[in-house]
Amino acid sequence: MAYDIIIVGAGPAGLTAAIYARRASKTVLVLEAKAWGGQIINTPDIENYPVAAHISGFDFADKLYNQAVGLGAEVRLEKVTGVADLGEKKQITTTRDTYECGAVILATGSENRKLGVDGEDKLVGRGVSYCATCDGNFFRKKDVAVVGGGNTALEDALYLADLANKVYLIHRRDSFRGEDSTVQRLSARENVEFVYNSTVNRLIADKRLTAVEVRNKLDGSLREIPVSGLFVAVGRVPENESFRTLVQVDEAGYVVAGEDCHTAVPGIFTAGDNRTKMVRQLVTAAADGAVAATEAVKYLNG
Amino acid sequence: MSIQEITSADFEEVVLKSTKPVLVDFNATWCGPCRMLKPTLEQVAAERPDVTVVGIDVDDNSDLAGEYGVFSIPCLVLFKDGMEADRSVGLVPKEAVLDLLG
Repeated sequence: MAYDIIIVGAGPAGLTAAIYARRASKTVLVLEAKAWGGQIINTPDIENYPVAAHISGFDFADKLYNQAVGLGAEVRLEKVTGVADLGEKKQITTTRDTYECGAVILATGSENRKLGVDGEDKLVGRGVSYCATCDGNFFRKKDVAVVGGGNTALEDALYLADLANKVYLIHRRDSFRGEDSTVQRLSARENVEFVYNSTVNRLIADKRLTAVEVRNKLDGSLREIPVSGLFVAVGRVPENESFRTLVQVDEAGYVVAGEDCHTAVPGIFTAGDNRTKMVRQLVTAAADGAVAATEAVKYLNG
Repeated sequence: MSIQEITSADFEEVVLKSTKPVLVDFNATWCGPCRMLKPTLEQVAAERPDVTVVGIDVDDNSDLAGEYGVFSIPCLVLFKDGMEADRSVGLVPKEAVLDLLG
């Protein structure tokens, strides 16, 4: 099947691009590997999107999806495995089919970085979590650990300190990257313990997580910390694996593109969290979608 | 096909004593991925009359969530003859739900 524009990823960037492309009368296919909406569906309450003072991530995604589809965008749940640049035509391969189009917008977003410790995947939902605000309630009055040193880790630890019996904050360095004010608020909490210069070495579990073993990087010593929950907040990684040979990506894996959303390849654009940029927010993802679609339309119209 | 929401009060009767396999969807109203999963479960329920599909709100039934070790939602737990046979955590596509049912 041939389309004017194929958008990879049905998050806020991809679906906004679909709206702009449809309003410019281009035929649009949006391919999504998991579920439309992107990571915003995990947010219970969005409070920083202009005009909508409070909206749930689900409702936001639902409205956005219906708006794009209502304007005639086609959305299919298929994982893109490759994008080939054939000059004027681009070829997209998915797990199910092959499609052709004139322009591509890569809007794949990012996912939680994993720790990379044995057994991690199997323990997701059995003690290992990447979302403190989603899963924190299940650990009321229990002992938990947070891994990471940035703002997300600090805020997760603060959130959990209100719920859990004890919170261990495990960080590989001797100081945090996140904001000082949050570190100070955490220091004031009696039930928060900082575990500096340490990395998670092993997850100890029967059916559920029961403890984590951390290794002190300075003296190599091992310490077993009994916890029923481990919240991993070690950053996010862009989902650009399939495009590494197609477009230029930076050392962290983000597609290199400026505010005009052009990649190094003519006819291939990028939008949202997987692009090199300063601010990764809902509103900047939507903005990217508008820019990328407008540029793609301009490219197609010559 | 809409999915019956049950509580701790009818859990034994509807799930544990069922002669058919029961797929329990642990969810919450504030959980976006749970709401995304709902239409999939409705389709599965319609296609698989040999399985009972029910929902449990973890906020209203935290005792059940605790008893069955639900630490993240959405969490689908398949019960056969009153025992947990399998589970999956997180938003999953329809094929994965069907795989879980076997």
